[in-house]
Amino acid sequence: MAQKSVSECDAKKILAKILDDYNGELAVIDTASFCSESGKKTGDFQSVTKDEIKKKLLCLAASDSTTYGWLNEANNGGKLVAKPDQLFGKRGKNNLFCLGKNLEETAKWTAAKINQQVTLDSGVTGILKKFIIEPMVPHDQEYYAAIKSNEHGDTLYLSASGGMDIEENWDTVKSIHVAPLEKPDEDEIESILLDICSWSEIASVKKFILQLWDAYQQAGFAYLEINPFTVTDKGVIPLDCVAKADDTAEFECQSLWCDAVGELKFPPPFGQELSKEELYVKHLDSLSGASLKLKLLNPDGRIWNMVAGGGASVIYADTVADMGAGRELAVYGEYSGDPSRQLTYEYAKTLMDLMTKKPDPQKRPKLLLIGGGIANFTDVAKTFTGIIMAMEEFADRLKKVNTYIYVRRGGPNYKAGLKIIKDAGEKLGLPIAVFGPETHMTDIVRMALEQG
Amino acid sequence: MGTVSAIRPKAKTYEIFTRQTKALIFGLQVKAIQRMLDFDYAINRSQPSVAAIVNPGKTGNHKVFLGTKEILIPVFPTIAQAIVNCPDMDVMINFASHRSAFQTTLEALEFSEQIRTIVIIAEGVPEGKAKRLRVLSKDKDVNLIGPATVGGIKAGAFKVGNTGGTIENIMESNLHKPGSVGFVSKSGGMSNECYNIIARNTNGVYEGIAIGGDAYPGSTLLDHLLRYEADPHVKMMVCLGEVGGEEEYKVADAVKDEKLTKPLVMWVTGTCASVMPREVQFGHAGAKAGSERESAAFKNRVLKESGVIVPQSFNDFDKVIKQTFDKLLIEYITPKDHEKEPNRVPEDYASLAAAGAVRRPSNFRCTICDDSGDELLYAGHKISHVIENNYSIGDVIGLLWFKEKLPPWATQFMEMVLKLTADHGPAVSGAHNTIVTARAGRDLMSSVASGLLTIGPRFGGAVAGAAIQFKDAVDSRLSPKEFVSKMKKENKNIQGIGHRVKSLTNPDMRVKLLKEYAVQKFPFTTLLSYALEVEAITTMKKETLILNVDGAIGILCVDMMYALEWPEKRICSIIDCGGLNGLFVLGRTMGMIGHYIDQVTQQNGLYRHPWDDIMYDLPKVQKIH
Repeated sequence: MAQKSVSECDAKKILAKILDDYNGELAVIDTASFCSESGKKTGDFQSVTKDEIKKKLLCLAASDSTTYGWLNEANNGGKLVAKPDQLFGKRGKNNLFCLGKNLEETAKWTAAKINQQVTLDSGVTGILKKFIIEPMVPHDQEYYAAIKSNEHGDTLYLSASGGMDIEENWDTVKSIHVAPLEKPDEDEIESILLDICSWSEIASVKKFILQLWDAYQQAGFAYLEINPFTVTDKGVIPLDCVAKADDTAEFECQSLWCDAVGELKFPPPFGQELSKEELYVKHLDSLSGASLKLKLLNPDGRIWNMVAGGGASVIYADTVADMGAGRELAVYGEYSGDPSRQLTYEYAKTLMDLMTKKPDPQKRPKLLLIGGGIANFTDVAKTFTGIIMAMEEFADRLKKVNTYIYVRRGGPNYKAGLKIIKDAGEKLGLPIAVFGPETHMTDIVRMALEQG
Repeated sequence: MGTVSAIRPKAKTYEIFTRQTKALIFGLQVKAIQRMLDFDYAINRSQPSVAAIVNPGKTGNHKVFLGTKEILIPVFPTIAQAIVNCPDMDVMINFASHRSAFQTTLEALEFSEQIRTIVIIAEGVPEGKAKRLRVLSKDKDVNLIGPATVGGIKAGAFKVGNTGGTIENIMESNLHKPGSVGFVSKSGGMSNECYNIIARNTNGVYEGIAIGGDAYPGSTLLDHLLRYEADPHVKMMVCLGEVGGEEEYKVADAVKDEKLTKPLVMWVTGTCASVMPREVQFGHAGAKAGSERESAAFKNRVLKESGVIVPQSFNDFDKVIKQTFDKLLIEYITPKDHEKEPNRVPEDYASLAAAGAVRRPSNFRCTICDDSGDELLYAGHKISHVIENNYSIGDVIGLLWFKEKLPPWATQFMEMVLKLTADHGPAVSGAHNTIVTARAGRDLMSSVASGLLTIGPRFGGAVAGAAIQFKDAVDSRLSPKEFVSKMKKENKNIQGIGHRVKSLTNPDMRVKLLKEYAVQKFPFTTLLSYALEVEAITTMKKETLILNVDGAIGILCVDMMYALEWPEKRICSIIDCGGLNGLFVLGRTMGMIGHYIDQVTQQNGLYRHPWDDIMYDLPKVQKIH
């Protein structure tokens, strides 16, 4: 639960619900809407052709000419803009921007890019799956507006030098800070606009900024950057937009979100699509109030942490990194909130399956760290029985990859828990070392790394 | 709007919890409240730390243990009422959900003259709301801890909700008496671990606060460190920061500016971010580094440069804490309040029983049905087996009355009895009572019970009586003739013999059906044959002295038990306890329920018996002149 990125199209559709002058004229092309039902399940997307994209866009226009009439115009020579919508910026610099082409050409460009793997300037690699297509808005002036939240309230940023080079032109950005219980001062906005806008545009921009502020508050945004926006004869149009929403605001904003986009999704960052195992753990997480998380960092790593508690899981990962073995760290994850024996078993199985897929190429042992601090109320023995069930099932595979197990835990019933896991390890012939609260929480990381 | 508090000792601003602190708990958090009182009991507090509970819309008392004694804590429907009624509490622990935490905290802030500290436990309070609470509480000079926290603990004085875990852990971590170390962290989960570390390496925790993992906590690490700086009892401070945000730099600046002068050991977690892909969200909402300045490694470096004692890694946290504490050369003097040994908190029976650590002789013994396991058992038969294998009602009766699965000829016989006895019209006493009671406006249970209460030797209850008399006769080896004469001599009616109108020539269909079935399906019918010989004698005296339905049922039940080869003792105990009447009671209940529904759906009014149907015959009273 926290601030999470939302896609550009979703952010724009939400804005369109609140801004008077912006209708949210956009269409989305994504692989999921073209693939067969079986493809959706396996993630095996067939390639999408130019004609299919064109047909889909014209279908949209035919189904709802009020919302998508501009697509018909584009088919008759009107111009479009297309770009990926997958939470990364600098699309122009990465040559992933199709500007001023008609429907046919835009479809051709999109078809050429979709399903392609690209490496961005930032070094991140991923597959292009989703594009946003909008009518081109001819303009000269590009403005910049952003609202960012911080502990003292929200800050509004404004500049007349919007566009790709805003970071280089940061000295042109004016800011207004607004405390949590207050509203932005209209006179202050106006005085900034007097400096940066042409006389004819002040009224439209001021109206836009004030409505943008309202949208930010009403829609639970935690970060909003409109770079750039421009003024047309119909009012202000946001051309590009980056947004984060506070997902804990869902219970307050749901009707607005739902009205704008259906279910508001928080997609993973570009290049970080979830693996099968990560998706499965995400599913387990949703089954109960308990928290189960898994992020695969390095499948070939030797150090596998299975740590109870959000705070402790970070510290175990820290200690591995601080002791110089960060690259060996295979996963980051946690199980907490008193998960049932069954859920713990499923989680442990997923982890053990991943870690026993292949032995270390240099034949070094694999290290399974079953760590945790002193639990508040989680029954340690109960959760350990779930881990033991997985150990029993995977004993042979764990031995095959030469696994050493280290355990450290405290909390309710920890003595019984430590005893049963030690007994189980010894019975199964797995090397296991077991410690309680008398041993410093992360000392098993040191022991494991010294072992090999 | 705020109410002026009556007799609240003016606390020092750095001291938010004392041994006298009393709290209002928002939300009926049964376990958390009991845990607070267990702590109070352990540390010999003079008065419990929970003064009142707000459970929206409810008024009354909540029963809790203080040691082995039970006490009552008042429950109020609103925060305002609780505060007006309990002027001596100055802390609210808010267990409201993430949806209502904002509104309830706003309400409590209205009473800022009395409520000086508010702890918000809920995780998932929208960030915008949290920020507003932060500003409002600062304006009113109220200490806000949370949201998204377990709370905190003042060792040997006051415990917020679930802080510190189980009472065993609290004692093991020395939290029952004050040490000299002030601790503050973001993480509530890790605070337990840190209390353990501090207990093992110093003279213990003085106070510990978890500010919560949200991006915008109500109070900050620095807020609490400044309190510890001002509190003379605190000799050193330990702080656990976190990746994300810039809060830790304020701590660094405060050390540089000498606003914090006591030794401070601190570690910022999340140094692993360098090996993570970008945009990893750790467990807490606030734990995400947006820039290098928000990274843990950078924060640790800046803190160290500012004069904070920072270990190489968390693995050295304990050693550095010990070194720092040892240098202080503190001579620990047990505070006066803590000279007495802490009380041992009694264990709950339920948890001990679950752990197999306590026993108690049972007051009840049950041999037919078990609901204590995963699945309901009828005499050892799983309920799923009963359903899947299509057990009949007779089978179920066999299990629950006789603890065994009876052969089909027996279960079908019992079902037949249930069908035959299900009803016998509205005029018989059972149905009549049911109808009169139903018409008096009473409910189903009362009406049916009223009918059932008429079952006895004269109505329906002859089943058991007949079984006893006939069995005795056979057991005493009396011939049918001897039996009849004996009964006549003793001037007793033979139970189960005689009908109002039915006779051999006009037989009772029910008896006919029972007899035919038994002759055909029972392995043998010793007692029935005997009874029919008796009937041959009695009907010679009077046409209507036939074997009636009660008699047939009772006698065939005995024959059934004979044929099942039950031991004599078992058969006698079932007959003697009147168990055989059960078939009639069970069967007739169907009819009585029918009569009840029939009357109620007709909406028949109260029945009053016509007075001309009653002979009024009162004693004459002589006039006194």
